[in-house]
Amino acid sequence: MKILQYLINGISIGSVYAIIALGYTMVYGIAKMLNFAHGDVIMVGAYVSFCVTNYLGMPVIVSILASVVVCTVLGITIEALAYKPLRGTPSLAVLITAIGVSYFLQNAAQLIWSSSPKNFTSIVTFDPIHLADGRIVITGEVIITILASVVIMAGLTWFTSSTRIGKAMRAVSEDRDAAQLMGINVNSTISTTFAIGSALAAIAGVLLCSTVPTLQPTTGSMPGIRAFTAAVFGGIGSIPGAMLGGILLGIIETFSKAYLSHQFSDAIVFSVLIIILLVKPAGLLGKQVQEKV
Amino acid sequence: MKKLFSLLLVAAMCIMMFAGCGTKAPAETTAAPVETTAAPAETTAAPAETTAAPDETTAAPAAAGTIKIGMSGPLTGGASAYGIAVKTGMEIAVEEINALGGVQIEFMSQDDQADPTMAVDAYNALKDWGMQIFAGNVTSGAANAVAPETVADGFFNLTPSASAESIALAGSNVFQMCFTDPNQGAAAAEQVSSNNMGTSVGVIYDSSDDYSTGLYNGFMKRATELGIQVVCEMSFTSDNKSDLSTQVTKCQEMGADLVFLPIYYTEAAQILTIANKMGYAPKFFGCDGMDGILGVEGFNTELAEGLLLMTPFDATSSDPAVASFVAKFQDRMNGLIPNQFAADGYDVIYAIYDAITAAGLTGNESTEDITAAMIAQFGSMTVNGLTGASMTWDANGMISKTPAIVVVENGAYVPMA
Repeated sequence: MKILQYLINGISIGSVYAIIALGYTMVYGIAKMLNFAHGDVIMVGAYVSFCVTNYLGMPVIVSILASVVVCTVLGITIEALAYKPLRGTPSLAVLITAIGVSYFLQNAAQLIWSSSPKNFTSIVTFDPIHLADGRIVITGEVIITILASVVIMAGLTWFTSSTRIGKAMRAVSEDRDAAQLMGINVNSTISTTFAIGSALAAIAGVLLCSTVPTLQPTTGSMPGIRAFTAAVFGGIGSIPGAMLGGILLGIIETFSKAYLSHQFSDAIVFSVLIIILLVKPAGLLGKQVQEKV
Repeated sequence: MKKLFSLLLVAAMCIMMFAGCGTKAPAETTAAPVETTAAPAETTAAPAETTAAPDETTAAPAAAGTIKIGMSGPLTGGASAYGIAVKTGMEIAVEEINALGGVQIEFMSQDDQADPTMAVDAYNALKDWGMQIFAGNVTSGAANAVAPETVADGFFNLTPSASAESIALAGSNVFQMCFTDPNQGAAAAEQVSSNNMGTSVGVIYDSSDDYSTGLYNGFMKRATELGIQVVCEMSFTSDNKSDLSTQVTKCQEMGADLVFLPIYYTEAAQILTIANKMGYAPKFFGCDGMDGILGVEGFNTELAEGLLLMTPFDATSSDPAVASFVAKFQDRMNGLIPNQFAADGYDVIYAIYDAITAAGLTGNESTEDITAAMIAQFGSMTVNGLTGASMTWDANGMISKTPAIVVVENGAYVPMA
């Protein structure tokens, strides 16, 4: 019976990974860069939401909106200040800059909110559902997180395939120079991508901290790296792949902790990833792109 | 200005050279440590050194009955809360002791930012100042770097709060005021057994953290000896602590009615929140790292109702000694409630003072004589302090004391019934 509970736990944390991974995959797929600061934007989103509810006494929905707005502005600013000047330079330079931005955000958060942990108040207020005489508990956070991840995935898929901006994004992703020749503003398209990615980070931050309440300046970094792994696992650049990768990663992690070894759970998770990437180097749903020389 | 500084440096170097000579000479003193006053040959050797040093030292003369005690801890940086608490606790004790008359204490604190390299620099600065007794490092990392130095230099070293086992084992002159981690774990197991806290015990610990692993190992060893039934052991690491729901679910599945949490309060707050959501309500039992959980911003303290924790110091205690200390601390720190670190610092100075008076030290003895006398005293004396009753030290310098267990009721600590 408990096996179902572990499955629910796994899907719960997995869908949080999925939402974070969607942000990673969007930015990578279109701007072709790994935004390692994504995890820290998540942390900022969670802090903003925490402050708006706890210090200003605003309702939950306002706090989510506030954190989405702040993170979107933050994402666009980071892109304009740190990444845009490096466009056209080797991707390694951008990668190192992203790591720098990540540390900057963590230290700034430490200055603003101090390093002592805060306990995030969950945004979900309704009671958990008890099944099978209370042996299985489905918390409200699980339901909300799963719903949110599905809605976001569907929304992004629709957005990139049907809207004008979405199509421009796909064109930039396919071939940046050709897109520019066709009259697409590459710079503003990439900025829009960052705005969307950061807005997703805000939602991910709120949901992450509702699921696991500890809020510290380093809160976003480990889930961020795991979600990045999930994005690679599912096939980076692929929106359904990020979703699948995130949920599978959460389930594998939970089951290896519960049934195999709590001390080696990380080693087990990453071994599974290595094996899958050996068999399918582009990830589960990734497209094998022929490099044209 | 520069000249004066270089003169001071030269003076310090001279003192150190003489001190170095002094430590080699009297081999007999270690044999009869307590009777130092009865052996005047050595004691006269000490003041001779001070007079040999140039004029600068007379600016701060080691007058009869003055002993220089130094401490080093993180006074700035991420761990500064601990360092400042210890330092303030020590200053309160020094002030009280000096007001008594008798042996006077000169106290100096140095900032090491909890960094091993800076701790060695801080220690050297204290040596240059003329420190005679070292009241320790605050954090384990710093203490691990400095303890071997104090062994080599022969300074008595009593750390208030550095709890790693390796520190006490560094040498016979290194002592601890706090429990070593395995000893605290063992004490926790004894409390579980003697108070019948639970029949099936689950443990969740941080396998990437020395403190937590030390407590866990000590607890498990003693639990096996006492026949405590441990039904579930779960761990996490600093890399995967962002989701602890599996560990909690496992303890629930295995039917643990007591969950031992030898971890810091940050993760403990997360575990309590998750357990509440899961409808799992065993007894939770933590160690001194749990102290602080009620102060976590945004944490619903109702979730901590009934939480048991072993803490060496309870600021809300009605004990007059504690109340007076808390009042003095709050006076200095704008109303901040002292934590166990502050109390550890206070106890360190009093334990040193007790040993000094019992051994009849005046501060004019050589460092070697002081250290030998202190070691002898710490091997035999019993101290009652703020952080525990009937504290004694073993030959390794590890403390043994009765821990107090408190339970959280209505958002405050009360002694366990």
